[in-house]
Amino acid sequence: MGLSMADIVVIDYGHGNLKSIQRGFERVGKRVVLSSDPSIISNADRLILPGVGAFGSGMRHLEKLGLADALHDFVKKGNPLLGICLGMQMLFDSGKEYGMHKGLGLIPGIVDKISDKTKSEKIRKIPHIGWSALVNTGCNSNWTDSCLTNLNQGDYVYFVHSYMAMIKGSEYLLSQCNDEGLLIPAAVKKDNITGLQFHPEKSGKIGLKILEDFSNL
Amino acid sequence: MRNIRIIARLDIKAPNLVKGIQFEGLRKIGDPSKFALKYYLQGADEIFCADIVASLYERNSLLDIINSTTNNVFIPITVGGGIRSIKDVTSALNAGADKVSINTAAIKKPGLITEVAEKFGSQCMVLSIQAKYRNSGWEAYYDNGRESSGIDVIEWAKKGQDLGAGEILLTSVDREGTAKGMDIELIKAVTNVVTIPVIASGGIGNLNDIGLAVQEGCADAVSVAHVLHYEELTVNEIRQYCIEKNIPVRRLSVDGA
Repeated sequence: MGLSMADIVVIDYGHGNLKSIQRGFERVGKRVVLSSDPSIISNADRLILPGVGAFGSGMRHLEKLGLADALHDFVKKGNPLLGICLGMQMLFDSGKEYGMHKGLGLIPGIVDKISDKTKSEKIRKIPHIGWSALVNTGCNSNWTDSCLTNLNQGDYVYFVHSYMAMIKGSEYLLSQCNDEGLLIPAAVKKDNITGLQFHPEKSGKIGLKILEDFSNL
Repeated sequence: MRNIRIIARLDIKAPNLVKGIQFEGLRKIGDPSKFALKYYLQGADEIFCADIVASLYERNSLLDIINSTTNNVFIPITVGGGIRSIKDVTSALNAGADKVSINTAAIKKPGLITEVAEKFGSQCMVLSIQAKYRNSGWEAYYDNGRESSGIDVIEWAKKGQDLGAGEILLTSVDREGTAKGMDIELIKAVTNVVTIPVIASGGIGNLNDIGLAVQEGCADAVSVAHVLHYEELTVNEIRQYCIEKNIPVRRLSVDGA
């Protein structure tokens, strides 16, 4: 498929279930290309940084393939970027998973382990796996012009992660979920860069709506 | 308390969805992809596909089923049965699965748990434990409850967590397919000793069984097969029951999303 044929380019760096993301976008009528080619990535109309696995390993693979630079080039052009799960976490300055690792530095903050104790000193199970409701208390509550634009507060989406972003600047925080008293950043947005901690491609119809709305940003 | 997950479980003997009692006496039920789609549309939180003859036959047909299922089903899908190596995990994930569940190979080579967790993340590595009550405790079985490992279930659950498993799928072989209620003592014993989520499986016959597994057993998720396949319950009935019993679950919006 030629580059101009693709609405969405998904970065293929060996870290994630790319097929689910591809099928999600295809379901909402978009043409998708999976690529690890820096020039295709930096010239994309819309770019997805997916990812599961560890922060350090993800960054290492991106850098090894020359894709961290391609990502920065892409972002400078102002087109929409969406990071999902680990892809969202790597947007931040650094991550503390298995040692300290430098991130892409596109959104200020660091990624650290979810506390394994609740406020009442009960055990919190890690990973955080399952469906949690999106809330926007203490956030930039304006979801218009974001991929959450057609969602309602309280809509449920699917999370699976052990680390979370500690954001510097609540203006970048679009939404959180309340995990047994702990507010976990669920969606972040800074200019043309969006990050989702949850998996829209695994969040049923609501998730597909998010993918569709991202395609129309 | 987190929202518990309602997981629809499909036991597959390719190309069919089947159901047995204590993993024996399999009956054909239908096309697994169609059932997966039906449960997705009913609001299942996840789908679990188990290839129950994996140790005996070649696997491509299962991967085809996963492939066609994930075309239409946009919730997490776990694949289990016959996964023995990183290569097997890779092909399951490439077919569209999000996680794999491993029993036999983990018992034979516990290091595989760590390998999978390190390569794909612990969220991808579900340790499947098939428990049978023997004398004074539960013993871990493999090959669909046929072979005894001599390993104590409680010790194995703890060890599995330490090795990197992100979840435990805990099936009571004694109750599996009987619809006579879950082994609540077993669920309680395992949830007591691990801090990773535990999916309770085997024996659900009615709504009350689900309530007990969660409220007394402290299960984080329930795996439901028999009562769904035979249309004794729908996923939505289970969800409504949980809401009535103050068991936290995902709420669906009006249009069923």
